[in-house]
Amino acid sequence: MIAMRMLMGDKARYVGLVIGVTFAALLMTQQAAIFLGLTTRTYSFVTDTPGPDLWIMDPEVEHVADSKPMLQTQLYRIRGVEGVEWAVPMYRAFAKLRLPNGKTRSCIITGLDDATLFGAPREIVEGSVEQLRQPDSILIDAAQSGTRLVWAGADGVERALGVGDSIELNDRRAKVVGTYRISPSFFWEPTIYTTFTRALTFMPQERRTLTFILVKLKAGADAKDVAAGIRASTGMSAHRPEEFKRLTAEYILTKTGILVNFGLAVGLGFLIGMLVTGQTFYHFTLDNLRHFAALKAMGASSSVLVGMIVAQALLVGLIGYGLGVGGAAAMGGVLDAGGLAFHLPWSLLVFTGVAVLGVSVCASLLSIRRVLVVDPASVFKS
Amino acid sequence: MQMTQALHTTSTLTDPHAGLAQGRAIAVKCRAITKSYGTGDNVVRALRGIDLDIAEGELIMLVGPSGCGKTTLISVIAGVLDRDGGECVVFGQDYEKLNSTERARFRAQNIGFVFQSFNLIPTLSIAENVSVPLLIQGKGRHAALREAEAMLDRVGLGKRVKDLPQKLSGGQQQRVAIARALVHHPRLVVCDEPTSALDAATGEVVMKLLRQVAVESGRALVVVTHDQRIFRYADRIAALDDGHIERIVTDAKDLQH
Repeated sequence: MIAMRMLMGDKARYVGLVIGVTFAALLMTQQAAIFLGLTTRTYSFVTDTPGPDLWIMDPEVEHVADSKPMLQTQLYRIRGVEGVEWAVPMYRAFAKLRLPNGKTRSCIITGLDDATLFGAPREIVEGSVEQLRQPDSILIDAAQSGTRLVWAGADGVERALGVGDSIELNDRRAKVVGTYRISPSFFWEPTIYTTFTRALTFMPQERRTLTFILVKLKAGADAKDVAAGIRASTGMSAHRPEEFKRLTAEYILTKTGILVNFGLAVGLGFLIGMLVTGQTFYHFTLDNLRHFAALKAMGASSSVLVGMIVAQALLVGLIGYGLGVGGAAAMGGVLDAGGLAFHLPWSLLVFTGVAVLGVSVCASLLSIRRVLVVDPASVFKS
Repeated sequence: MQMTQALHTTSTLTDPHAGLAQGRAIAVKCRAITKSYGTGDNVVRALRGIDLDIAEGELIMLVGPSGCGKTTLISVIAGVLDRDGGECVVFGQDYEKLNSTERARFRAQNIGFVFQSFNLIPTLSIAENVSVPLLIQGKGRHAALREAEAMLDRVGLGKRVKDLPQKLSGGQQQRVAIARALVHHPRLVVCDEPTSALDAATGEVVMKLLRQVAVESGRALVVVTHDQRIFRYADRIAALDDGHIERIVTDAKDLQH
């Protein structure tokens, strides 16, 4: 009670302390959430491809956008592996897209198995996946149609690329028959879905045309065992979806500076929060040192005084954490609505909570030391 | 002063028992207390062998010029400062034999403090300030507040219990400090210049209160002061100079000689 009233009574310092911790919590949560959001987006294609138990790929593939095509014969070899119910091909490659007004864009062409259209996006906005069986047909991303795929007609009016429009993919005609919605991706190029065979017609002739093979397991088959069997018998890599996501995320984290950059921002939030809070807290303690000395003289033990300071630090930490995380979540809502990456799982809330606790405890250490060494006899020195 | 006249005087003015009323139990026994600050050429000998006994129910004042050792002596007696040599036994307990936690507990149970600058926590109400020693003893908040309000009533501030200290005059704040010093029923109360920040009339009120509430309850009071106006409230006055007790008198007039 005494500790809380001492803290809250000094409104200026109290507000300063809460602002310090809030800033630290906000910065750490927001930056970490954006980082997690971006990481999630690196493997969004895997997340948005429903159904496969295993992804088969060239062993040199390091992430989902790393296209190292395999020979068609690999598909037949995979189908012969014990535990495989069925396997279908998937093609994925970068291409040049020409809008109806002649402007060009980069895009990613994804070719689905002609017979099953397996791996198509879950959420179709306009048209249907079945319409891909029509000549020259493609599906485009509804979210990108109004942004990167906007084109201006002869009248100068800008319009979103939509169903019925025709475009060119590597100089071959393609007709939009539907739109779909998937998670935002780390890669900004719009993804165009079509059939496997048609995708190959859009692209230059190559001997190796299989980017991925999507495998469905027989009932009761163990994914790990089948993956090991595929690796042993074909030399290809076989990953469960979660493994493929992890592989992709690890590549982005280790081979780019993204982890360091966001890590620095989070660390900076921790450091600045700790310095601001620590300094303010220390001055607050100094201001109240004669009261702590008086309490010590009156018989308050060191543990009581430490408890008071820790309680003050924890209260500031708790309030700052609530405000900081709340602010970050609100900011995240705005960012998310604007299409920016933001992912705030409960584990991040725990991480930030622990970090804020660390900020508060570190900030109070100097104060604890100062109070522990204060001479109770100093109360008699006027 | 009646009480002063009732005291027995001895012939040796620096005798630790000088002027001590007979038949009273000894609350504080100091023998050959020494205390120095600093080292080498900068050493300052604050106490150079102090002998002093203080009886229960007695109000003794420590007087003398600045730097004579009054504050050091009161700090040693209160158990907030370690002496270098000698013996200081308070209610039969030698501080040297207690570790810091035990000593803190001893102070919490047996000693009340009145500080020169009151040292009230400005963000606590006066009742909450007074309840602090009880909270330190581990008493529950509500019980502590009830006892604090009762004590404030005794010092004439029963209607101001919810006020913050800064709303009170200096005299009223010192009365709050006295209430805080007495609320846990300590057997020894140490007061550091309790009237120095007060005008004469308020100082009178504070000293009457200390005498009435403290001494009449059988407590021992040690008051450090420069304020000659309040000497008449003392049972004995110990005059210190340069770390020694120069004389112990029962009548302030004897300090002139």
